[in-house]
Amino acid sequence: MKADLLAEFETPEALLAAVEELYRRGYRVLDAFTPYPVHGLEQALRLPRSKLPWLVLPFALGGGGGCYGLQAYLNGWDYPLDVGGRPPHSAPSFVPISFEMMVLATALMGVLIFFALCKLPELHHPIFEVEGFAGASQDRFWLGIDGRDPALKRGTTEALLASLGASRVAWTGETAKAAETSEAVKKPTEAAEEVPGAVTKEEPS
Amino acid sequence: MATSHEVSTKPDAIKLDAESAKKLQGIAIGVAVVGVILAAAGYVTDPHRLAFSYLTGFLWITTIALGGLFFVIIQHLTKAGWSVAPRRHMEWLSGALPACALLFLPIVLFSHDIYHHWMSAEAAHDEILQKKAGYLNPTFFYVRAAIYFGIWIFLASYFAGRSREQDKSGDRKLTEKMQNLAPPATLLFGLSITFAGFDWLMSLDPHWYSTIFGVYVFAGAAVSSLSMLALINIGLQRAGLLHKISNVEHRHDIGKLLFGFIVFWAYIGFSQFILIWYANIPEETLFYRHRWEGNWKVVSMVLLFGHFVIPFLVLLSRHAKRHYTVLGGAAVWMLVMHYLDLYWLVMPTLDHHGAHFSWIDLGGLLAPVGVAAVLIARLAASGHLYPIKDPRLPEAAAVQNI
Repeated sequence: MKADLLAEFETPEALLAAVEELYRRGYRVLDAFTPYPVHGLEQALRLPRSKLPWLVLPFALGGGGGCYGLQAYLNGWDYPLDVGGRPPHSAPSFVPISFEMMVLATALMGVLIFFALCKLPELHHPIFEVEGFAGASQDRFWLGIDGRDPALKRGTTEALLASLGASRVAWTGETAKAAETSEAVKKPTEAAEEVPGAVTKEEPS
Repeated sequence: MATSHEVSTKPDAIKLDAESAKKLQGIAIGVAVVGVILAAAGYVTDPHRLAFSYLTGFLWITTIALGGLFFVIIQHLTKAGWSVAPRRHMEWLSGALPACALLFLPIVLFSHDIYHHWMSAEAAHDEILQKKAGYLNPTFFYVRAAIYFGIWIFLASYFAGRSREQDKSGDRKLTEKMQNLAPPATLLFGLSITFAGFDWLMSLDPHWYSTIFGVYVFAGAAVSSLSMLALINIGLQRAGLLHKISNVEHRHDIGKLLFGFIVFWAYIGFSQFILIWYANIPEETLFYRHRWEGNWKVVSMVLLFGHFVIPFLVLLSRHAKRHYTVLGGAAVWMLVMHYLDLYWLVMPTLDHHGAHFSWIDLGGLLAPVGVAAVLIARLAASGHLYPIKDPRLPEAAAVQNI
């Protein structure tokens, strides 16, 4: 998802309505950026469910099973120790460590696979150069249309978004041009404050 | 915000229709009659066995009612918005507690039989029991039971009563009142169920002790009551009575709680086991030794897999928790497993060296369950199906799982 054309909305309702309308008009590669999860947005965007749980499952099984196997091999076969007269292969004593290793493998691989799926870390993205986009983590609701979207047409889509109630419309990587078409140009001081704010806020993470 | 196949413009039903209400009460009365007859026949055949079977059955329905009370308290404690309708259904279950108090009377009558290890005259010569006599003596045992039931009936009727009052007035202050009582209610509930577990179950073997035992009993109560809640929700949704205030999202949430408490039960059960196994002190390991003899070993393994491993794997998936049949099947299964869990706690005291399932056990189960079910069915049939004027209704209807 590249989000080449961006549009800002004031309310989650306006964003949801715009997404539905764009979908109805044949737009298919849409994304949204909101400060909090908006009910119904995932369904409106027709996002598939995450593959993450299935990708993590083998690591959960491998972490738990592998750790059990390691203990069984070490304590039960390779170097048996007599602990209070218990049999060398004592399943109850292997359970806590196997459980912990399962959790550890699942959590670590969950984070790593999540990063890989999101193509993170990504040190710079042109989307953050768009004026006012920092509002997406505060009080504004942004809609993105990918450049590969079959219905996207330069010149007409901007007008459509404006008619759907977008308060700003901007192309990523074309900050100067965006300023011309968006209302932000009327409030240069506010926009000037927000852009550096976005950079300093997003970069350290 | 129900999913597309459940969208309907019809409003939720406020009350159970007369025919279903009659049918529900009829079934409850039927179970009660069959149960009492079976129990009476069991008493004539083998009163000693019936006493233990009855204790198991009594604890099955009482833990379900207590789990209902716990759920109601916790929803007020956390000011939960999603659970407005499920809370009413749990109020019905907690409404069985007065019946449970009545059902405790046979335990009082049978107590010298069930708890003969410490109530009989021989206990006076037992050095360990002499030290415990300050707590474990019949008088204090009955007084404590009265205190437990006093706390539970007060809390259950307070929360259910205020909730019903709100159905009429819609007064928001009632919600605040219930929220104010929730913190002390949580403490009272936690202490009372812990000591009830000690008194009614752990004292079956008065030499044995486990400090986590009360939590184990509570875990069973949570699992069984949430299973019952899942069945009530599925029943009301499938009958088309509730579809806005209680829909697939609430079913999913109940499934998640059930799944969570199944894991909690296993965690507590294993925590109890591993410490005793590791320390390997005879007076502690005896408990597990009794439950590892003969075919009790099979019952123990069935509990491990049936009460944890299998339901864990089944309910792991999001799809399963949202599915009528899968969640409903798991709920029925867990109710059976909860009975087996209590059976496993109680019956080795009677059936040494191996389990002997008998028809008398069925009488011991159905008699208390039927009597409590009559009360629950009456509450469900006479009251509203959800708190119709709760201030959090819009929030509850808009619940969505991401």
